[in-house]
Parts: sequence; C-alpha cells; structure tokens
Amino acid sequence: MDNIIKVTVIDRVGIAHELEAPTDMSMNMMEVCKSYELPVEGTCGGMAMCASCHMYIESDTVLPPKSNDEEDMLDEAFFVDDEKSRLGCQLHITPELDNLVVKLAPVGE
Amino acid sequence: MIETDILIIGAGPTGLFTVFEAGLLKLKCHLIDSLPQAGGQCSEIYPKKPIYDIPAYPDILAGELTDKLMEQIAPFKPGFTLGESAVTVDKHEDGSFIVTTNRGTKHKAPIVAIAGGLGVFEPRKPPVENLSNFEDKGVEYIIKDPEFYRGKDVVISGGGDSALDWAYFLANGVANKVSLVHRRNSFRGHLDSVQKVMDMADNGKLNLITEAEVVGVKGEDNLKELVIKHKTQGEILVTTDHWIPLFGLSPKLGPIADWGLNISKNSIEVDTFDYSTNIEGMYAIGDVNTYPGKLKLILCGFHEATLMVQSAFARIHPDKKNVLKYTTVNGVSGF
Repeated sequence: MDNIIKVTVIDRVGIAHELEAPTDMSMNMMEVCKSYELPVEGTCGGMAMCASCHMYIESDTVLPPKSNDEEDMLDEAFFVDDEKSRLGCQLHITPELDNLVVKLAPVGE
Repeated sequence: MIETDILIIGAGPTGLFTVFEAGLLKLKCHLIDSLPQAGGQCSEIYPKKPIYDIPAYPDILAGELTDKLMEQIAPFKPGFTLGESAVTVDKHEDGSFIVTTNRGTKHKAPIVAIAGGLGVFEPRKPPVENLSNFEDKGVEYIIKDPEFYRGKDVVISGGGDSALDWAYFLANGVANKVSLVHRRNSFRGHLDSVQKVMDMADNGKLNLITEAEVVGVKGEDNLKELVIKHKTQGEILVTTDHWIPLFGLSPKLGPIADWGLNISKNSIEVDTFDYSTNIEGMYAIGDVNTYPGKLKLILCGFHEATLMVQSAFARIHPDKKNVLKYTTVNGVSGF
C-alpha cells in the first residue's frame, strides 16, 4: 500500500507486534504504539521530556541522529543502552523506517 | 480554614478558566497546585513552546496563555494555595468537602473540581531494589536544607544541572566527602557548571565516578553502602551516609488515586453530561479525566469546565433560576 510502512514493536513481555504505520500523518513511533494501544504512555505528548516512550532499536535501520533534547532526556532516563536507546516520539514515520524493529524499554516506578 | 464555592485542584489552563466560568455565575473559586506557580504544564514544562490550537490565536506561547488566563480571571479574585498538593478529602457534616494538603492547609467547599492534568510532579526514582526501605533513612530525592549534609559523606547521582550544582555546593566545605556518579563520562549541564565540578574533581575535592550507576543500596536501619556498577571495572562498594539521586521530575496521579474515584488508565472516569465523577459533588475536567472519545486538549478542557460549572451551580443553588448569559451583552462584573 502507498504511504504505509511496516514496523515491529516487541512489548515488555516479549510479544512482537507487526504494525502498519502511515508515512503521511506526521506520526512518530510513540504515537504509532499508542494508536495500537500498546503500553506506551507518551506522558509529555511528544516533546522529548519524559522518556516514557523509551525504546531499543533492534534492527539495523539507519535513523536520523538524536537532537539535543533527546540526548538530554536519555541522559536522565533509566535502563539506557547508549547503542540502542531512542525516544519513540522523536522517530518520525518516514519510508526509511520501513521494517524497523524496536523493543519497549522497561518502565521504572 | 479556607472556604470557597468551588475548590479546584490543579491550576493549569483548565483549572484557571474554570474560575472565569464560575465567576460569571457568581461562584467563588480557590485553586490548589503542587507547583509554586500557576499554569501547570504550560508554565512548568514548556512555557516557551508555541500552542497552535487555541481558537483565535494562530499561535501563542504556553507561558503567554497562562498570563492571559490569569488576567482574564483576575476580576473574580481567585484564591491560591501553591506549592502544596491535595492529599486527603473528608466530608464535613454539612455535606461539604474538606481537602487537606501535604502541609496541612485545610479547604472547605461544597464542590471539588479536579483539574489535575497529569498529576503531581514527583522526583523520578531510579530502579534500584529495596530503595523505598531507605527513603528518608539516607536516601533523599530532594535537597531541602543543605545544612542537613554538613560533615556527612554524600553520593549524588545524575548528570544534569541540579546534580552538578548540588555536588559543587556540597563539596565546597559543607559535606565531608562528595561523590558524583553519572552513567556517561560527559555531562550535559551548563558548561560552567560542568567546568566547576571538573575543577573540583581535579583538585581532589570531589570524587567523580563516571560511566557508572548505583545498582544497589545496603544498610540495616539506615543507608550504609551503595553498590556502584562501573562499565569496565565491575561492581564497587562505596560507604556513604546519604545518596541523593537527582533525575528530574515526572508526573504521578498521586493521592487523588485513593479518594474512591472510578479510575481507568490513570484517568478519572466522568459522565460527559456535566463531567461529574462517581462521587457526588466532585467533578473531573481537563487531561485528568476520561470518557469515550476523550481528547487531551486545552480547548476541550475549557469546554468541560464551562459545562461543569453549570452543574455545580445547580448543586449549590438548587432553587435558584439560572440562564445562559452572554458576556458581550452583560459584560464581566467581578467580585
């Protein structure tokens, strides 16, 4: 289908969800997860200010570099893996993300 | 005891606009907020960010929206209890609610409107086992009085400005020994804050442990030791009197969750007829509520507040007639 990519989200109990995400709706990975009712809070609404959409990149997809805001937030977040950690809200759904595989990071207290 | 008609919990945009709509019906309001200033997320999290979906404002900064709401409600002289969070609710014998804050301030009102947004902002706690056993027994998430640490051994965790600034302050002749633990080997705080801490570490006045995380807490009644995991050196034990993890704030629904309200997915269930909750006389408006079709938008919060005060009026004055009036016709007459 046009303007649709496939992404895989592995939830916190290890189940892989294959999702379809539109590239023409200005969505990001946090929002895609929420739209499928996966357990992603997105507390701050997508401003890279809460890390509740923290996820690990499990595929070799080439992603845009982290912004300063995202780096700052990941600096204060927990369960961070410097190689794999990203904030879902900062990963905009573009054709380049087709076949992306991510795993949701654990949530703290 | 503070007495009012509508006690609003949360002074974000929805809570503030409630004062205006209530004022048009001659109802007085008082607001409680855990933050030291009004505006909620708009002033605390993103005051300099633009909002584009406030009708008639092509764009407005969140801080500016707060200022304008404060100006708009000024004629109705709302009361504020700021820097305190609502903790308990009791019923007075006359049917009113008594809401008490964490500092013991009591408020009495026949109507409570919860406009709590995401909840109360609390320090983020690192995921360390048994951490809660040592809270206030050596583990503190906020530095209330630096003198408390005089002559003590202190470990601070975090890489932001508050961790850097407090490490510098406490290492400067207050604490006996200060260690700063950070997961990375670089800091993202302000350059001069970073430089000051680096200089202190070079002079041996501060123990810098980077590429490391506190992974365990040990002690009997009080905290005695921290297990610190270093990226390459493995686990090390550090003896300390205090550990202060400084990882910023995150919102929690907080004590309101225990008030007997119907809650689903961290939000309060309401009837969309008047945004009433399952507790008579208690309403929930704005981001804190949920109902089929709910959208967490400021403009929806304004709408909810407007309908809610009509219902609140009928509850407070069951025998009084009330009809919708237009501000353009009648103007706005304050108290």
